Amino acid sequence: MTNLASGVRLDACGKTFDDGTQALEPIDLEIAAGETVVLLGPSGCGKTTTLRIIAGLEQPDAGGRVWFGAEDVTALPIERRNVGMVFQSYALFPNMSVAGNIGYGLKVRRVEAAARSREVLRLLDMMHLSGMGERRVDQLSGGQRQRVALARALAVRPRVLLLDEPLTALDAKLRESLRIDIDRLLRTLGMTAVYVTHDQAEAMALGDRIAVMSHGRIAQIGTPQDIYYRPATEFVADFIGTMNRLPGQCHDGVLRVAGGSLPLPADGHGADHAMFRPQDGQIVAPGQGDLAGRIAAVFFLGNATRIIVELDDVQSVVVETGERRAFREGDRVGVRVDPGGIMTLRR
Amino acid sequence: MHRGNTRLLLLALPAVVVFAAFWLLPMARLVQVGASGPRGIAAYAAVVTDSNYFASLVATVAVSFAVTVATLVVSAIAGLFLQRNAFPGRGVLVAMLTFPLAFPGVVVGFMVIMLAGRQGLIGNVTDALFGYPVVFAYSMAGLFVGYLYFSIPRVILTVMAAVGKLDPALEEAARSLGATPWQVVRDVVIPGLRPALIASGAICFATSMGAFGTAFTLATNINVLPITIYTEFTNYANFSLAAALSLVLGLITWAALAFARSLAGSTVAAAA
Ligand SMILES: Nc1ncnc2c1ncn2[C@@H]1O[C@H](COP(=O)(O)OP(=O)(O)OP(=O)(O)O)[C@@H](O)[C@H]1O
Ligand SMILES: [Mg+2]
Repeated sequence: MTNLASGVRLDACGKTFDDGTQALEPIDLEIAAGETVVLLGPSGCGKTTTLRIIAGLEQPDAGGRVWFGAEDVTALPIERRNVGMVFQSYALFPNMSVAGNIGYGLKVRRVEAAARSREVLRLLDMMHLSGMGERRVDQLSGGQRQRVALARALAVRPRVLLLDEPLTALDAKLRESLRIDIDRLLRTLGMTAVYVTHDQAEAMALGDRIAVMSHGRIAQIGTPQDIYYRPATEFVADFIGTMNRLPGQCHDGVLRVAGGSLPLPADGHGADHAMFRPQDGQIVAPGQGDLAGRIAAVFFLGNATRIIVELDDVQSVVVETGERRAFREGDRVGVRVDPGGIMTLRR
Repeated sequence: MHRGNTRLLLLALPAVVVFAAFWLLPMARLVQVGASGPRGIAAYAAVVTDSNYFASLVATVAVSFAVTVATLVVSAIAGLFLQRNAFPGRGVLVAMLTFPLAFPGVVVGFMVIMLAGRQGLIGNVTDALFGYPVVFAYSMAGLFVGYLYFSIPRVILTVMAAVGKLDPALEEAARSLGATPWQVVRDVVIPGLRPALIASGAICFATSMGAFGTAFTLATNINVLPITIYTEFTNYANFSLAAALSLVLGLITWAALAFARSLAGSTVAAAA
């Protein structure tokens, strides 16, 4: 497949709907050709709106511009932008067969029938749907439907693939396997893709970069590692995974907190708080480690055990460990924190 | 199990009685009367063999069919537009559309005469423009206009409800694949509206087949089956032929509705 993927750039694209709702503040976003950017954020933060502006289904407010590569596509309607779209609801045409759905974009492009059916067969094969071309779409499972929707979007060799929560309607197991397929597909085809989700695990696994959105703004954009280990704002720190945050006073690069003290990283000297992920903490014998406390609750999660340690009446921390030890509620323990996992918010 | 069945039968009894009293018995009587005239059973054949009755049958089917097609075209476009576009006065317009639903056929016929009758609006305007009045109220054309007037509102309302239920993502998907607005209408919107169009088209056809008041108001000699039945019945006291014609009218309409139901059924299955 020839690679027609182009980069995407949004310049100051805001969106105020007719009823006065400001769904997006003017945002800038640059996506390199072949890159997958995930838009992640809570419900109503403007992910779908951003995607629809890229697609051409919504016009940005005056002053906003949308670029595909070096071409300004702001004024082009969606049918002339050559984008592929995949929806949470699949949006397959119920009056067409599986093959009819996949070949639809080629049909409206007047690709002749023989070439069209050859291409449809190739895509069916690629999506593990061989032999299902003549089925009606209501004879497919949810996972198969979404594969058809993907094949249909890819058939027109789009410049950008836009996916709006494509896995949300599927059960957990299927979600995982289809996510792996999508990931492989995006990489082997070198697609430029924008992927909307509110599932962090999906975002981490798929995104070259993640844009965390909140209230119509991009709170932070960066690699999954950046977002996870170097959150730029309180919102990002709290939204992605579980984060322990302890307030305290800084003395010579060490933060005094409830139950003990934590060494601050070099760029965090002077901070009034420290943060660490549950898996960077470790339960040790009382009197050892950085913090002292009492086990308040233990949750066995299967792949790990999650332990809540109370440091005093107000503060507690969460520690996650893969150790096969028995932890008992009420035990006095110490918590050792991996110094490499301690971070502060940039200010 | 057995007691449950008995109870069910008891519950169904009123319906059975009503069905027998108001459908089965009159129908049986109608069939019997139809065959009781001087022609006997052949009265039923007269509908096809007698050129007068046959012409009446063909005219009735033709005008009903034409009204159905025209109504569907006009209402589908108008319904789509009304449901999809917000403009000042839209609410009032939609509310006004339901107004003619309450009119009996007589009133509809009266309105056609006011529009296209001898003293009608169209007659006056064409008289002023070309020197002669165009008058078509008292003919099949007048009947066509009357039925159209009376069918369009109900079909528009059905179409609007169906348009509201279409999944916008389907149209967006088609557009993303490069479909022009016309292609979207042809490949997504019309297939999506198909069950609603078939159902409301069938009702429109059946109503036109059986409508009497409008035709009777326009002219007593318009050659459609309900009028023919009326004439045979009251003017010639030809009960058996009136009964036979009634049954044939009923059968054709019933067959059309059954056909529409089977069509709609297969699309519903395809869309499920
Ligand atoms: N057509 C519209 N008219 C008015 N307001 C809208 C419209 N579409 C979206 N909004 C509003 O804009 C805001 C952002 O919506 P958007 O659909 O982009 O959110 P989202 O991040 O995709 O949320 P979700 O995770 O629930 O899909 C919301 O407050 C929403 O109510
Ligand atoms: Mg959304």
